[in-house]
Amino acid sequence: MTSNKKELLLEMKNIHINGFSDERWHKILKGVDLKLHRGEILGLIGESGAGKSTMGKAAMGYTQPGCKIIKGEVLFNGTDLVTLSENEKRQIWGTKISYVAQSAAASFNPAHKLMEQTISAANRAKINSTDLLKKDAIELYESLQLPDPVNIGRRYPHQVSGGQLQRIMTAMAMSPRPELIIFDEPTTALDVTTQVEVLSAMRSIVEKFNTAAIYITHDLAVVAQMADRIKVLRYGEEVEEAETKEMLSNPKKEYTKSLWSVRSIIKPEETNDNYMLSINNIDAAYGSSKVLHGVSINIPKGKTVAIVGESGSGKSTTARVITGLLPQTKGEIVFDKKILAPKLEQRSKEELRRIQIIFQMPDTAMNPRQTVDEIIGRPIEFYHGIKGKAREKKVIELLKMIELDETFLDRLPSELSGGQKQRICIARALAANPDLIICDEVTSALDQIVQEGILKLLQKLQKDLGVTYIFITHDIATVKAISDEIVVMYQGKVVEQGLKSKILNPPHPDYTELLLSSVPEMDPDWLTNLLNKRSI
Amino acid sequence: MPGDFATEILGQSATKSSVAALRSELGLDKHPIPRYFEWLANVFQGDFGSSFSGRSKVQGDQGDRSRQVVELIIPRLKNTLFLTGVSALVAIPLALLLGISAALFRNSYYDRSATGFSLVTVSSPEFFTGYIFILLLATLFPVFPTIANVNEDTSILQRFYLTALPVFTLTLVTMGHMMRMTRSAIINILSSEYIEMAKLSGATRYEVVVNHALPNAWAPIAQVITINLAYMLIGSVVVEFVFNYQGIGRLMVGSVYNRDIPVVQACALIFASTYVILNLLADLIGIISNPRLLYPK
Repeated sequence: MTSNKKELLLEMKNIHINGFSDERWHKILKGVDLKLHRGEILGLIGESGAGKSTMGKAAMGYTQPGCKIIKGEVLFNGTDLVTLSENEKRQIWGTKISYVAQSAAASFNPAHKLMEQTISAANRAKINSTDLLKKDAIELYESLQLPDPVNIGRRYPHQVSGGQLQRIMTAMAMSPRPELIIFDEPTTALDVTTQVEVLSAMRSIVEKFNTAAIYITHDLAVVAQMADRIKVLRYGEEVEEAETKEMLSNPKKEYTKSLWSVRSIIKPEETNDNYMLSINNIDAAYGSSKVLHGVSINIPKGKTVAIVGESGSGKSTTARVITGLLPQTKGEIVFDKKILAPKLEQRSKEELRRIQIIFQMPDTAMNPRQTVDEIIGRPIEFYHGIKGKAREKKVIELLKMIELDETFLDRLPSELSGGQKQRICIARALAANPDLIICDEVTSALDQIVQEGILKLLQKLQKDLGVTYIFITHDIATVKAISDEIVVMYQGKVVEQGLKSKILNPPHPDYTELLLSSVPEMDPDWLTNLLNKRSI
Repeated sequence: MPGDFATEILGQSATKSSVAALRSELGLDKHPIPRYFEWLANVFQGDFGSSFSGRSKVQGDQGDRSRQVVELIIPRLKNTLFLTGVSALVAIPLALLLGISAALFRNSYYDRSATGFSLVTVSSPEFFTGYIFILLLATLFPVFPTIANVNEDTSILQRFYLTALPVFTLTLVTMGHMMRMTRSAIINILSSEYIEMAKLSGATRYEVVVNHALPNAWAPIAQVITINLAYMLIGSVVVEFVFNYQGIGRLMVGSVYNRDIPVVQACALIFASTYVILNLLADLIGIISNPRLLYPK
């Protein structure tokens, strides 16, 4: 493209970084190279633990506490950042190189107003007078399409939404007009509908100022919209690197292909009129704020119903009502042709046994001081009264079902990987021998490949045991992979329910259309086309 | 404690009838519950009653020399507030300074010695610390007086000089706690993501600690400061006794000894309300320093 695009801005050579955890040093990066030209956007992708965030921070010559660069050079405009003193690096940070973090909510100081934080780096470097910087920040807010750009800076971080905060952080990064911005998973914590707005705002502003960027994410479809080139990392090593179009159409390595493998699970849809569970016209509230408004959903026996919607749509609240954790204020729940009492305490042990739930964060859903044997064994003893040797036999049986073995019996949750933890949670739910399992965002915290394993396991268990699933998620790809029926929720109401094929294909109600069209596709022109289409 | 003012003052040789007479004069023969409500009603009207001591000790003595409780307490309270105030003025800035600098140079030798030393001072009871000071600064090197004997005529400078050792003692026993809490509150916040963000936008270590961490640490720091302020006021019971300082703590101990209940009650009321008021103040500071509580969404 333009000639200055070929001018080298950043070159990282043979980067080795070690991190200290569990009383020993681990290799995080094992000799990765990276080149970035002016005005160019490089996408860094890989699953968690691949070292992509570490690489992004190393591009600033920074490592997190407990990590250190043991070998390699980071040449920024020809200067090796690794050899600079803290003070010299500080002159570059926030002025020449800016950083946009994953969780905007956690990355803003709650004690200071947004404007103050937006211009702090530029102010410190005395790039301009405070008044001019403020004026410039307001212009940046405006070009990032923030509401009320003149006054939004007078608010505190807790007073604006997550998507707005992420855009304000982009304004903050842009305020000193850096030569390079590191985007570290900036949209991962956002809903798909918000993600589209943030992505387009970030892309247009980076283009406007011709800023070079490193865009770190685990979502290939997202990076496809942003990056000129993509580099794939795994276990601290480079897998491959190519131009975006090339990478998408013709990935060379098996690993790269597997990154979007969830999208390859296909399940033929089926349904029936024999409902395992029906909820009829349910209202529910937290204190005085009403969150569910007349929700009605039918769950056919032995099938999977996916409930989708953005955060705050009432998906998880619906699950809490079904389990009895949050009694409804109106309406009734019919479970296997019998009406369920609203409150947990009023339900019989048998009713409790038949409905189980699996949570999003396996880390917090398990007692860290209990072994796998105790975690899975407890519901067996509690619901079925099986003790001693027989109980252990049953636990091993369950472990086999979730594709683990008896060597796991004595392990603590801290000695398991994320995927294994979620499997143990599944086994714990199965231990009760339930008819209905509610899966609340069970794969959201997991990597693409691990996700695939869990989803396949859930499908297999359904086939073998005939268990019914309610699958709560915001991830449309997962929904496509696993569901028979889909329920779309928005602001505490059901927008529509129906067979997967009916919901995913037009015509759609407005909200479903917005939700589905916001899911990034593996097409570099997807965002551009979408924005064109929406602006008409 | 066995006995009451009447048995205590009249001694073992007193006749039953004289004890009964004194009791009925003081109202000690009434049922405790109505007595309590009577006292409470009077307190709400600002009447703390009059002290038992100073009354006609022997039957037939002329006149009643008993004093109002308020009259007794006010000068003593002033003395105690002076002692506590000066100690607070020394201890709080020092604790904040040490705490912030320890957080700034975390894990350095400075940090380790400061936190180690503060652990020692926190763990030593104030009578022990007080006697160590007397040994060092009054006996071996007689710089300051052992006895902090002040009266209404003592000049302000003289007061500073006389109360030096009690002030040192109170400072030392409270400062460690405040300093450690300040340090850990800041260090706790230093691991937040917005601190990393601040570092990556080029903030210096000083800026990170003072501009980014400290504003978010005020709530726990205020909590520990106010608790220690209350502790100073109440801890003065021991310190005043050690240094023979004419404060409210000594008054209370003396009154307990005499079973002079109205004075004891008034002192207890002062101590209790100090805790309540200071805790309220800490909560208010917590709210004011936190925009999330101060400004609605």
